[in-house]
Amino acid sequence: MAVHTSQSVAKAAGDDVARGPSRGTGNPPPPSRLRRAMSVHWYAWAMVAPVVIVIGVIIGYPLVRGIYLSLTDANERNVARSIGVNELPATYSFVGVDNYVDALTGTQFLGTLGWTLVWTVSCVGITFCLGMGLANILNRRIAGRSAYRMALILPWAIPGFVSVFAWRFLYNEDRGLLNKILGGAGIDGIPWLNDPTWAKFSVIAVNVWLGVPFMMVALLGGLQSIPSEQYEAAEMDGATAWQRFRHITLPGLRPVSTTVILLSTIWTFNMFPVIFLLTRGGPGEATQILVTQAYKFSFEISPRDFAQSSTWGVLILVLLMLFAMVYRRVLRTQGDNW
Amino acid sequence: MRRGITATALVAALALAATACGSDDESGGGKSSGELSGTVTWWDTSTVGSEDKVFKKIAEGFEKKHPKVDVKYVNVPFGEAQNKFKNAAQAGAGAPDVIRSEVAWTPEFADLGYLAPLDGTSALKDEGDFLEQAAASTKYNGKTYAVPQVIDSMGIFYNKKIFKDAGVEVPKNIGDLKTVSKTIKEKTGKTGLYLRGDDAYWFLSFLYGEGGDLVDASSKTVTVDKPEGVKAFKTVKDLVDSGAAKTDATDGWENMQSSFKDGKVAMMINGPWAVADTLAGKEFADKANLGISPVPAGSAGQGAPQGGHNLGVYAGSKNLEASYAFVEYMTSVETQAQTAGELNLLPTRTSAYSKQAAVDSEIVQFFKPVVETAVERPWIPETGSLFAPLVTEYTKVLTGQTTPEKAASATGDSYRKLLKGWK
Repeated sequence: MAVHTSQSVAKAAGDDVARGPSRGTGNPPPPSRLRRAMSVHWYAWAMVAPVVIVIGVIIGYPLVRGIYLSLTDANERNVARSIGVNELPATYSFVGVDNYVDALTGTQFLGTLGWTLVWTVSCVGITFCLGMGLANILNRRIAGRSAYRMALILPWAIPGFVSVFAWRFLYNEDRGLLNKILGGAGIDGIPWLNDPTWAKFSVIAVNVWLGVPFMMVALLGGLQSIPSEQYEAAEMDGATAWQRFRHITLPGLRPVSTTVILLSTIWTFNMFPVIFLLTRGGPGEATQILVTQAYKFSFEISPRDFAQSSTWGVLILVLLMLFAMVYRRVLRTQGDNW
Repeated sequence: MRRGITATALVAALALAATACGSDDESGGGKSSGELSGTVTWWDTSTVGSEDKVFKKIAEGFEKKHPKVDVKYVNVPFGEAQNKFKNAAQAGAGAPDVIRSEVAWTPEFADLGYLAPLDGTSALKDEGDFLEQAAASTKYNGKTYAVPQVIDSMGIFYNKKIFKDAGVEVPKNIGDLKTVSKTIKEKTGKTGLYLRGDDAYWFLSFLYGEGGDLVDASSKTVTVDKPEGVKAFKTVKDLVDSGAAKTDATDGWENMQSSFKDGKVAMMINGPWAVADTLAGKEFADKANLGISPVPAGSAGQGAPQGGHNLGVYAGSKNLEASYAFVEYMTSVETQAQTAGELNLLPTRTSAYSKQAAVDSEIVQFFKPVVETAVERPWIPETGSLFAPLVTEYTKVLTGQTTPEKAASATGDSYRKLLKGWK
């Protein structure tokens, strides 16, 4: 019972924070409600307190600090440092929204954002279509189905950086396997990571390879929850395969597919390891997405520009929050109870 | 489901907190009874697979002289060392006691307060013995922050066998380089030159060859976007576009070394740090097959960058005394003669050049005059920052994403942002 109570309270508290005014249930809570909640559910509050504190420290503090830094001109040379005998105080100052103005009026942020959007949309789109196709194939009774399922989940089971490094070897222009195979067929080697357009293609291909298992497994689960009676009834009525897919499978998958698309969009938008380990954003800055560029500001250039990096970080957060809000609103107008 | 997520998040959070708290416990030490003790951690950046073995052996030799000192040798890849050290030094945890700092990093580390001043400590011995050029980068604001370990420059490494097969001579200038590459391609089917496209250090000899420079510190002027700089960008672009040189935007070092070692390209521009690794290649089982000659001259003459490495002591080290002694040992005449003999690295001490090991090394003898005439960079804190903007534009030029003119001016703009108030 206690567990049950704590859960509902945690949910309500979470709703207030995350959803805020958009929840729009009308009348503001009377002041006595809080007191009543405290007296009735004090045990539940005590139970969630550690989690709230830990999350507050681990997520809240860095977030607030990041937002603060984005409003200053902090860099490596003016932050406080204490190294042995050298005590150097912080000398950076508050500059207001200058960093945001610079980022939003300059070409670098918008240019990077453009490619980040192309990257996200193409990765999610291709991954979703491939995952859907594979899930449908594997949902049938075919020989060796579990072996196929295993093989297709494999990319997910290997740590991301290992597979990205493996791809980097495959892509090597002179010594990579891909170009050796092409060479064997008498085709000129392709500059996979050395030509800006090919590099963009290559990073998307690797991310699709990494992302398909998740899509496939999630959609397969969705497919299996669609009652087979619906298909049988449709078949009786003479529906074609396409009609069954269009009018039973797709609507039946809707709850699953909306969730995986949202998740996969957020993950891909911030997919640091694929870009960083494969091309480091290169050649030049051709494959640099917002997070890798923010990392570059903070860790690769010198003096490290903490302020600009935080600014980009906050802008990424705002963009993703906006996306999630719009997405949720669109779904709700279409009748999903999100 | 929701409970599951919360539980996972909590576990993840705890795991994070646990790793964040676990910092390594550095054992202090020092000179309690006149004898050095404790641990000295050294971050070396030498080439893995060849140089690192020798340096590890030498570093551990310090333990024989001071039995109570424990030397921890750590090899950090050169490309990552600058950032890794800055991360650790700023966080105050996990930084080594001694760092092998590239010459351009030294003033930057010193400016940030990460290095201990060495004047008057046991780290500096026979200061007058150091080559003036080598010592220049260790000084910042009137103090000495590091001790020069090796000095270097660049030259053309060539495969004598391929040159003989093609019947060509070593190119003296860029024009020669193109015709030689063309002949090699026609006669042997091999590519002439490997030009590293992912590191702007390899661009410097072309820039100096056209009479350009990155910046002019004496007049506080950015010079990379002058016509000479544009011309240098044009030169490298032309080398790649005409097929005289091949390049890569990633994995440049590995690709360069393996294609040269396997005899797929006839030439590369490189420095003494690559010699040990190159000689391990199958084309160079006969060491005499490796030829070295000065970098090809541009329209204004010939110019190779002067580089090298210093040893600095981390200001937050818990074991300063032993670290100073370790730095002195690693830069002593004996050690330098040994690395000259075994690795063909150039000593920074004048007296080490007269040791037999250095006299016997052809490569040391070749590079000695090259270093003397090599172009020095200004040793200002920002010198270590000049490559990041340059390499982006350099790679863009080589991969056809921008024009030499635009690349030069974009590099100039970012330099002016970096160097406040410069022209």
